[in-house]
Amino acid sequence: MPSEDTAPILSVRDLTVEFVTRRGTLRALDRISFDVARGEVLGVVGESGAGKSVTGSAIIGLIDPPGRIAGGEVRLAGERIDNLPPEAMRKVRGKRIGMIFQDPLTSLNPLYRISEQLIETIRVHTDLDAGQARARAIALLDEVGIPAPEKRIDSYPHEFSGGMRQRVVIALALCAEPEFIIADEPTTALDVSVQAQIIALIKTLCRERGTAVMLVTHDMGVIAETADRVAVMYAGRVAEIGPVRDVVKQPLHPYAKGLMGAIPSLEGETSRLVQIPGSMPRLSAIPQGCAFNPRCAQAFDRCRTERPEPIAVGSRQVACHLYDTQAGSEVAA
Amino acid sequence: MTAGPAPLVEVRDLKRVFDVSKPWLNRVIERAPRQFLKAVDGVSFDIRKGETFALVGESGSGKSTVARMVVGLLPPSAGTVTIDGVSMHDAAAAEERQRLRRRIQMIFQDPYASLNARWRVGRIIAEPIRAFSLIEGEAAITERVGDLLMLVGLHPDDRTKFPHEFSGGQRQRIAIARALASDAEFIVCDEPTSALDVSVQAQILNLMRDLQERLGLTYLFISHNLAVVRHMASRIGVMYLGRLVEISEGKSLFSAPRHPYTRMLLDAVPDVAMVGKAREAGKGEIPNPISPPSGCTFHPRCPLVFDRCRLESPPVIDGVACHAVQAGRVAAA
Repeated sequence: MPSEDTAPILSVRDLTVEFVTRRGTLRALDRISFDVARGEVLGVVGESGAGKSVTGSAIIGLIDPPGRIAGGEVRLAGERIDNLPPEAMRKVRGKRIGMIFQDPLTSLNPLYRISEQLIETIRVHTDLDAGQARARAIALLDEVGIPAPEKRIDSYPHEFSGGMRQRVVIALALCAEPEFIIADEPTTALDVSVQAQIIALIKTLCRERGTAVMLVTHDMGVIAETADRVAVMYAGRVAEIGPVRDVVKQPLHPYAKGLMGAIPSLEGETSRLVQIPGSMPRLSAIPQGCAFNPRCAQAFDRCRTERPEPIAVGSRQVACHLYDTQAGSEVAA
Repeated sequence: MTAGPAPLVEVRDLKRVFDVSKPWLNRVIERAPRQFLKAVDGVSFDIRKGETFALVGESGSGKSTVARMVVGLLPPSAGTVTIDGVSMHDAAAAEERQRLRRRIQMIFQDPYASLNARWRVGRIIAEPIRAFSLIEGEAAITERVGDLLMLVGLHPDDRTKFPHEFSGGQRQRIAIARALASDAEFIVCDEPTSALDVSVQAQILNLMRDLQERLGLTYLFISHNLAVVRHMASRIGVMYLGRLVEISEGKSLFSAPRHPYTRMLLDAVPDVAMVGKAREAGKGEIPNPISPPSGCTFHPRCPLVFDRCRLESPPVIDGVACHAVQAGRVAAA
């Protein structure tokens, strides 16, 4: 739950990320803005190519050339972090922002015991000595639900199963007690029965520690259960952002509506699924105006020429001209 | 399973064992014993004409191995597959089987790997037509390919393009067109939508249902996604470690699951209908199939385990393989 009247832990304003290629500049993120409150889980959903992962990478400053942040700002607890020099950014990364990636096998070094990886991370970010760091690593492994941590800590990553490895990665992300965690598809590589365990774990840890999480996933089910608020992304823009209950049950943006209707559910009717015609545009051919207009059944002239800015509708923000009550007038962003 | 016409596909006591031993020299030097993996261990089911029978299970449950044995891509170690009265593995039925082949097709998970990248789409789709000499004359074949492309929602002119010019969803449409090219009646779909985004998945699932209605197709549908299975299947088999633990009519599996594993799975799946609801995460992970637990392979994770489960493997009685259910220890649903 968002804590009351405190400044957001993370604030992203008009963030734009571009990739310069031989065939022109591709805009992977186009002026996206959102806030994450302290202790809140913000879900970021969208289909492949919507810009979910790029958003995560941009926040932690891991956009590789030829990609670059072309505009906007990212603030962590009020301080700008998007323009920090690499040295300073490295201190933020891991220490203040933790990361959990999709494939636990690639985020752990296969040649080092997990004790070495955990202790190294702890010692880099805190001033504990080796013994204290080891004790802390064991405590962390215990906290993420690894049985017999004092024995398992000296194992290599390959000796763990997929679910256990992801628990180790979560422990690694928690080492320095970050204020904010970016979890990029943390459960996608796992089987459903294990997936539920990992989601429950992330949720509990965040509630207990008050850590805010940005949960990037394409699985609406995971978002529906875990997140407090959700941002639906499409073609590098935020289509709709708001409390998860509202967005999942009564989406406003035509794309969000289509997306929710397209997901087969374990409850309700099994008639035809809602079908959005076409597919996500390529970055090199994002349509003019609203990026969704060629696939939208409700598109009108304005959608084809003018990009919709986020409009506040109740507790959420929707980037769609349909919700612009004062049609024709400029809406303040 | 009693009433109605004779089943199109009959699978009886199907088994498949893979030899996963180390190489001979290692076995001699390290005195390592031979090791076998029972990928499929005594699976029986029927598929009626015109229905969709789904196999669900987590990775390693043997569902894809069953699919491959059903179409004859993999010889079974024991057991039989009979399609329309013709054995798929009996040498005596070779001639009849050749005729049967045309009526069976398969759609694979990865539409990037299942289409020949160097062939034009027209040639890919025409391959079964030519292989079975179904139509004579180039003009007639071209026309048939055009019809098939229209049937799956593509344009007849698309036949001159290469697979890389299409998106994932469009490629899966091409794979479906190829499967239909030989007038197949029985299509085995191995995770046909797991590589696709949700909105595209909805398009493909709707297309598959429409085609089933129009052409009277029978599907064997393999998936790990319970919501997709619920949406598509008329009957469902749940697999765990190479065995069928429950077979049920589609809807009742979800409204009244009987096997403890099915219950755990249903509890574990994140679902959009579950906003804000708390859930029970199951315990444990799938054991190593090389050394599966004794008796009922689910017993280490089962909340209803008792002595008998550790000793005897439960037979499938009345659609469920569980001692606890059979002994009446669980309220019959």
